Amino acid sequence: MALYAPAHSSFGQDAPLISGGMGLFTDTNGGNTSYFPIIEPLLAAPLGMKVLVESRADLLESFSPKGAGQSGYNHSHFIGLNFLQGDYIATPNFTIVGGEFLIPFNTYNERLTPIWIGNFQDAPLIFPLGLLSSSSGLGGMARGNAIARNKYSISYSYFYSTRSGAEQFTSHRGTGGRVSFYLPEQRLEAGFSYDRLLQGTHENFYGAHVWWEPKNTAFRLRSEFGRGQHAEGYWVEADYRTLAFGGLNSAIGRIEPVFRIQQTFRLDTMASDGLPPENTERADFGLDYNLPHNARVFTSYARQFSSTGNQNVWETGIVYHFLFPAWKGKK
Amino acid sequence: MMRSNYWLFAVLVLAWVSALAFAAQKNGAPVTAPTTKTFVAAKHSLQQQDEGERVFQQNCSRCHASPEGFPPRISGTIVRHMRVRASLSRHDEEALLHFFNP
Repeated sequence: MALYAPAHSSFGQDAPLISGGMGLFTDTNGGNTSYFPIIEPLLAAPLGMKVLVESRADLLESFSPKGAGQSGYNHSHFIGLNFLQGDYIATPNFTIVGGEFLIPFNTYNERLTPIWIGNFQDAPLIFPLGLLSSSSGLGGMARGNAIARNKYSISYSYFYSTRSGAEQFTSHRGTGGRVSFYLPEQRLEAGFSYDRLLQGTHENFYGAHVWWEPKNTAFRLRSEFGRGQHAEGYWVEADYRTLAFGGLNSAIGRIEPVFRIQQTFRLDTMASDGLPPENTERADFGLDYNLPHNARVFTSYARQFSSTGNQNVWETGIVYHFLFPAWKGKK
Repeated sequence: MMRSNYWLFAVLVLAWVSALAFAAQKNGAPVTAPTTKTFVAAKHSLQQQDEGERVFQQNCSRCHASPEGFPPRISGTIVRHMRVRASLSRHDEEALLHFFNP
């Protein structure tokens, strides 16, 4: 620790930034192909030494075939604010977040929803569990690292969200949090999430996650389990890039096969939680290609099985990840 | 004729090497062997670099690939963002900042 005793100042490196992704996705289901051009910008602006204001939004257009024998496409657009939050770094182990924030239940919502990060275009089937209907909360959150050692660390987050019907700030009253245990040498993380909906019929949600990225490989294994009042399920996802043919930036190293298996189980007939109304199994096979200059191509095929019918889903997409200062500053 | 070509070639090579040496001096490249003090400082800097790379591998690249370059002016903002998202400790934050700005 003494090595880092003199704090490395970030003075002059705190210019506000604009990041995000822009891309085009396609989705072919039952022979009909829909097109989704999307821009997902993210703004991060530091204020002073301890505050950071962050926001992310989706601007999505949708072109879907009219169907029923008609030619042409239906068109719709959607603009949605994912979060708009202020972070106050009170102490090295304690950060206070206020505003509209992503609900810290399991890992997918906070870590893998950006279009330039996730391996698949579709979120897992259990994604809605524990996200209190809107995936973001309006209120406050405490988070940080409770313990940080060389061999292990424990991080936590606890939130309280109030009820809001305001446009772009819709949220439900609820509370909960997540605790994660991480072994950096083994690159192994396990965590537990819990939250409770505090309006209407009060419901509890439980989640658990395990992530593993073996050292010196480009293999990643991610998994989540979620359980709500009316359904439960899990997903396991693996992706791999080879280092054997000239590293990750070689033509071969940029190829990324991905695989995800998932299942949902209905506990009763009340399908109000966003999960499929019947027990469902789904396997996704994908092949992504990481192009130079922060661009990525996605392709995947999924086969979904349920008692109401099986279906194939073909998806393709390309995303460009941008990152630059919000304005021209001093050199 | 052949001989004058050799001379021309030799002069061009000499000019090129001289230009490189001059450019290296202008860039502050060491022209003498490093002293013990500078060696220790360089080693310290490399250790910090390794530590920062370790932090990056253990925290950032678990979710996403590293972006291909960005202006140093936003490196502090990126680190602060990661500190909140990935619950980085202060030590990890400083190591990551050094990794981005060696």
